[in-house]
Amino acid sequence: MMKTHPLHQTLDHWSRFTLRQRLMRYGGLMCTLLIVAWALSSIDVIWEWVWDAPTQMGDLFGRMMPPDPSNLPSILEAIWQTVNIATLATMFAVVMSLPVAYISAQNTTPNRVALWIGRFILVSSRSVNTIIWALLFVAIFGPGIVAGIVAIMFRSIGFLGKLLGEAIEEIDHKPVEALEACGASRFKIVLYAIVPQVMPAFFAIAILRWDINLRESTVLGLVGAGGIGMILQGAIDTFNWPEVSMVLLTILALVVFGEVVSSYMRKKIL
Amino acid sequence: MSTDRTTWRKPAFIKNPTLRYGLYAALAIYVVVTLATLPIDWERVSDGMRRAQRIFNGAFPPNFERSGLLIDGFLESLKIAILATVGGIALSVPLAFMAARNISIRPIYFLGRGIIIVARSFHPVIVAIIFVKAVGFGPFAGALTLVVYSIGFVAKLLAERIEEIDFGQVEAMRSVGAGFLSTLVYAVMPQIMPRLVGLGIYQLDSNLRASAVVGIVGAGGIGATLANAFGRYDYDFALAITMVIVGVILVSEAVSGFIRKRIA
Repeated sequence: MMKTHPLHQTLDHWSRFTLRQRLMRYGGLMCTLLIVAWALSSIDVIWEWVWDAPTQMGDLFGRMMPPDPSNLPSILEAIWQTVNIATLATMFAVVMSLPVAYISAQNTTPNRVALWIGRFILVSSRSVNTIIWALLFVAIFGPGIVAGIVAIMFRSIGFLGKLLGEAIEEIDHKPVEALEACGASRFKIVLYAIVPQVMPAFFAIAILRWDINLRESTVLGLVGAGGIGMILQGAIDTFNWPEVSMVLLTILALVVFGEVVSSYMRKKIL
Repeated sequence: MSTDRTTWRKPAFIKNPTLRYGLYAALAIYVVVTLATLPIDWERVSDGMRRAQRIFNGAFPPNFERSGLLIDGFLESLKIAILATVGGIALSVPLAFMAARNISIRPIYFLGRGIIIVARSFHPVIVAIIFVKAVGFGPFAGALTLVVYSIGFVAKLLAERIEEIDFGQVEAMRSVGAGFLSTLVYAVMPQIMPRLVGLGIYQLDSNLRASAVVGIVGAGGIGATLANAFGRYDYDFALAITMVIVGVILVSEAVSGFIRKRIA
């Protein structure tokens, strides 16, 4: 009898994964299924409501149709307010995030302590949600647009500062060294060696955040911080469903408008 | 002119001077007008400072006495996030196929894109309010909300990944006469699978984060506990909850980052 070469034994049938890989994959799948089963079996849900949900949702949708445009002028005014909240807050946040980004980038920070202060500001700003910031600032400034602007601003600083800090860390260091060699001051180094390199990233990040802020500021009104959310809340509380759907349509238009504007600006700038 | 040659000027960001100064002026007018019309009532602010002082005094030190409530709230948030991620992915895969330009026909493509745009446009809190009205308070409304939220993100990015696949494999399958479904399963799915798993893990992390927020409007989980604590002026418990939320988010961010690095 002819002896088969060991190589032939392994090659006579093809398989995509080795046995070990296959075991890992099935193991992962089993773990996922177990976790899902645990979540499904122990979640505190009234199952009758679940089976009833499609009917209820269809019912609600039916009540929303057709949208009622009678309140359109005040809806549009609130939308304008929402745009202002997002825009002003983004502008302030951009200005305030510049020094934070500078000290939280490892290559420009003056020292360790400043680095950690910067990191702490970034993390604490990002971990608290806009709604929670808004709850706090409504308590301070009273209900209205000012609380909304400050809330969005506090949330945006972390996002802008983090991404901008990363952009600063990625710069080419040679222009900085060249300027240092000529004896330029710290300020001039920042202005001529760092700023031009991070400028495109800076605008891209600011535009992206503006787009996100448009969405975020639509819900501020739900906790009393101004914008379209106030009208939405009022319409929901009074069961005025045709107006609710009108508000939702306007928000949809606003967000699509924001996406069009931001992609246009990105193309123009980059 | 000789001065132009000897002195160097930084090139302007926008070359056309009319456009440049026009934009600056428009921006300045916008800021001045909107700021001037801001209704800031300074008396109310100074009054509010005292109020904030009271909130902070009430909040410190954070109160961890009712940790049972805290843990239950978190477990519920976790369950909501897990179920919403699974449901969201199950719906995202067919939607992503619909919304990929290279796979689906035109009308289906526009339908798929439309659903994704609608799912992405509404902030989860707004979606949560609508679902709470439709199906009642509790985790079910929260899970539905996060399913919508997951579709907006996972389906969008997955559709973009499908549009980038190597089409040679699809053509190979078609040339041997494979049907539409087996082409998807054998030529497209293997190419997008790593991305899908990565997106799923990212989305689980992001759903856990969002579940804390949608709970504030009655959609279950830790957010409901937080809203109750705030509503009862239990600021020390509210601070404890907020601190744990921040901690859990940091941990889940680290874990999901680690898993994605291992998979990628």
